[in-house]
Amino acid sequence: MKKVYSRIESIKGSVITVRATGVTYGELAEVTTRFGVSLAEVNRLDEDMVSLQVFAGGRGISTGDEVRFLGNPMRVSFGDSLKGRIFTGSGEPRDNGPTLSENLIPIGGPSVNPTNRIIPREMVRTGIPMIDLFNTLVKSQKLPIFSISGEPYNQLLARIAMQAEVDLIILGGMGLKYDDYLFFKDTLEEGGSLQKTIMFVHTAADPVVECLMVPDISLAVAERFALKGLNVLVLLTDMTNFADAMKEIAITQEQVPSNRGYPGDLYSQLASRYEKAVDFADSGSITILAVTTMPGDDVTHPVPDNTGYITEGQFYLKGGRIEPFGSLSRLKQQVNGRTRADHRAIMDGMIKLFSAYRDTLEKKSMGFQMSAWDQKLLKYGELFESEMMDLSVNVPLEGALDKGWEILAACFEPQETGLQSKLIDQFWPKK
Amino acid sequence: MTNTKGAVTGVNGNMVSVRVDGTVSMNEVAYIVVGGKRLKSEIIRVQGDIVQTQVFEMTKGIKVGDPVEFTGEMLAVELGPGLLGKIYDGLQNPLPEVAAQTGYFLEPGVYLEALPRNVKWSWTPVAKAGDRVERADLLGTVPEGAFTHRVMVPFTMYGSYTVKSIKPAGEYAVTDEVAVLEDESGASTRVTMMFQWPVKRAIDCYAERLKPVEPMVTKTRIIDTFFPVAKGGTYCIPGPFGAGKTVLQQVTSRNADVDIVIIAACGERAGEVVETLKEFPELLDPRTGKSLMERTIIVCNTSSMPVAAREASVYTAVTMAEYYRQMGLNVLLLADSTSRWAQAMREMSGRLEEIPGEEAFPAYLESVIASFYERAGIVRLKDGSKGSVTIGGTVSPAGGNFEEPVTQATLKVVGAFHGLSRERSDARKYPAIHPLDSWSKYGGLLDSGSVAWAHSFLKRGTEVGQMMKVVGEEGTSLDDFLVYLKGEFLDDVYLQQNSFDAVDASVSPERQKASFRSCVRILGSSFDFKDKDAARAWFNQLRQRFLDGNGIEWGTDAYASAEAELKAFIDERVSGLDKKAARIIESLE
Repeated sequence: MKKVYSRIESIKGSVITVRATGVTYGELAEVTTRFGVSLAEVNRLDEDMVSLQVFAGGRGISTGDEVRFLGNPMRVSFGDSLKGRIFTGSGEPRDNGPTLSENLIPIGGPSVNPTNRIIPREMVRTGIPMIDLFNTLVKSQKLPIFSISGEPYNQLLARIAMQAEVDLIILGGMGLKYDDYLFFKDTLEEGGSLQKTIMFVHTAADPVVECLMVPDISLAVAERFALKGLNVLVLLTDMTNFADAMKEIAITQEQVPSNRGYPGDLYSQLASRYEKAVDFADSGSITILAVTTMPGDDVTHPVPDNTGYITEGQFYLKGGRIEPFGSLSRLKQQVNGRTRADHRAIMDGMIKLFSAYRDTLEKKSMGFQMSAWDQKLLKYGELFESEMMDLSVNVPLEGALDKGWEILAACFEPQETGLQSKLIDQFWPKK
Repeated sequence: MTNTKGAVTGVNGNMVSVRVDGTVSMNEVAYIVVGGKRLKSEIIRVQGDIVQTQVFEMTKGIKVGDPVEFTGEMLAVELGPGLLGKIYDGLQNPLPEVAAQTGYFLEPGVYLEALPRNVKWSWTPVAKAGDRVERADLLGTVPEGAFTHRVMVPFTMYGSYTVKSIKPAGEYAVTDEVAVLEDESGASTRVTMMFQWPVKRAIDCYAERLKPVEPMVTKTRIIDTFFPVAKGGTYCIPGPFGAGKTVLQQVTSRNADVDIVIIAACGERAGEVVETLKEFPELLDPRTGKSLMERTIIVCNTSSMPVAAREASVYTAVTMAEYYRQMGLNVLLLADSTSRWAQAMREMSGRLEEIPGEEAFPAYLESVIASFYERAGIVRLKDGSKGSVTIGGTVSPAGGNFEEPVTQATLKVVGAFHGLSRERSDARKYPAIHPLDSWSKYGGLLDSGSVAWAHSFLKRGTEVGQMMKVVGEEGTSLDDFLVYLKGEFLDDVYLQQNSFDAVDASVSPERQKASFRSCVRILGSSFDFKDKDAARAWFNQLRQRFLDGNGIEWGTDAYASAEAELKAFIDERVSGLDKKAARIIESLE
């Protein structure tokens, strides 16, 4: 029988301390306040002083409230009954369905042994040329979508979720606006995908500690399904809110901040979540797409910056389009050599020319005379933007490659493109 | 194990405080016993009877009062035959063997022997009974892959010894006795092929350190020609994410002309290590004809593995590098990324509540980085042969800004700087080493005068390019415009290299010289174009032919005919050759 402690020594933000013995690091406790029962997690031990972060937050907790240690770390129920359900960050139902308490699995488990990983080998087709052609998404990849606040990142995420061929979608919402939560729910419902979706949603109005649980809980469930052979797509939005929640707790506990107030272990914390993306050799896989909003469109802000070092590339969403510069899929080389002979050449060649177009655009805006070459680039750039970059374009990869050659042929002579002659012989559209 | 006993008094992240009842030493290894598992940790602070340890595992589940055992030894690695081809974590646990035991996941508290105990090595004694020996003196040899592995007097045996007995030639395991040594007081020690060395101490059993002068060929043109690295030297590759640090390191690990490559994947993505793990056994080392894996050791502590072991991993790697240097071999250590290592120190420093320095990095950051890079070097061993350890470290500066503490501390101590730029990688100009910002203090394949002359075109070309942005193309003279085109040409066909093209990915020194000679001819020639569009059109064609040629295998008929065509194409257009260029071409004939 676990002892009940009824004297809380200190309350700071959402962190409380009690004097207790026999408590393990990472253990859960129940705090009974006049507003109901909340879970809390042990996050520091010092002799008999035990610090806990209370999921429901510190507001209204009395020094006389009861704390009962449960003797186990944070766990989540696992099974097929999760499909189609919606939960909060602490695993409570948000959809009026029954509470699940069977087959509990721990969250935040150990890392996959690198020698058990395999080289990613399958492309995930999305029908978006800026992804399929220029920055191919690969099964088991972890990719963030870098974006500023007003961009349609949740729409993009939902569209990829609907079009990508996967067995299961797990949506982890952190600090989600209630409208956005409803948007996801409705879109997936209309697209008929809700039954293959599990949602763990923390909305902006919920206590901040629950936000911290969302990635771990989503990924723990994803991992189990992947081990059962399912290809799982985990969508996380928005990881900047997750980092901000960590910052809040760290500052409350008087940790030395490293960069703009974020704790020194921000990189390791983010990495331990993103690195859950995996392709199990003889089983399923986890692919992670995560939105990271950039405060003030600043990619050097600690959250996008650290994320960029962890993830296998990033999509930049700017002006409602995926920017070719800065966007990168590091794993594309694993798959785009096997799609079509011209894939890599078109990918590099078109971007080089688009870069030259941007330079020309700059010159033009400063009022310089446009040379014949500049005119060609201007024509090219406009075609590229409307036929490739526009997010409404929905064509399979092969169609996008053909379109690429058409655009080049409409603007340039073959040798101006910098493409290898043998490819030009094979693919240059015959007039 | 020592007699000192301890019990946990506090847990904060991966730092655990322990109350002890006896003597302990700094950096000693201690085990925290949690429910039957023993979690490895290292003492990093001693205050009265309380010591702080950093735990190399997840600390979930530890409670106040858990018992702690002390080993009395510093964190050490096993050195002996059998290291090559292995994949270790930061604490020298063999990961494939761990996988065989625990499956997909890295369960805490599993520590396996680094060197296989069941393998028999074919031993040939060299020392004889009665010989006087000191530490690192040769006792015998065993073949290991393509190398002769020297079995030496353990480096930890200070003082001088007499060989009392030595085993005859035969098959022995690493734990079998191969010799008995007697010290001056008459006490004898059994010696095996294997011994332990504390990772945070540099191995110093050589006669003298030499100046690094011989270039280490990487088969990457921009490095070998413009920013070379010497054997025994140090270099760093800072760059923002996505600029190609890791690809550059992977290419180097394949092509570098060294005997042994040690890859320390320190706090980076697991996926990147996997590529190396899966591809190296398939690739052949052109020098030995054997699999590349046989000359490689991988130390892999990726970003989601425990952070304290990340701090240890670079030391584990450099210690093994120094060990093979003692055999007269050239070793290259690639550390990716040293920033993650520095961050591991920062995390721990924060938990210890040390006064933070810049960006919360600890005040000792610079001295720790300097002493790590100083473990590189080319040395003359006691038997007169030479061995080297070259260290190349990537740096991942926050926000891609080189003004941050880790980059600055690293730049102070390295001999070459290959700065990657976002601007170049966005324009798909790979390798994205910035030709104007980077530098090297080492000599390369070509004499520095020729290189500087070619480099001046890059500089002037960029200046003209900048100017054109302000005054426009129409405001630029044709002569200036030609300089700009020449600079762009050199950049496009020589500095940039396609690491995914089978041929262009590795360019031999001979081919680099030939290619450089052709470029010099273009750079040093005068041209007579009627206008800028004509000049641009011609240079576009020239670039196309050059790039096509870069993809053709060297020495083949196809290459010879492509080169002849290219020469004819150039001859048709050029008039007059600059004197300096003529001299450079002559020197390269």
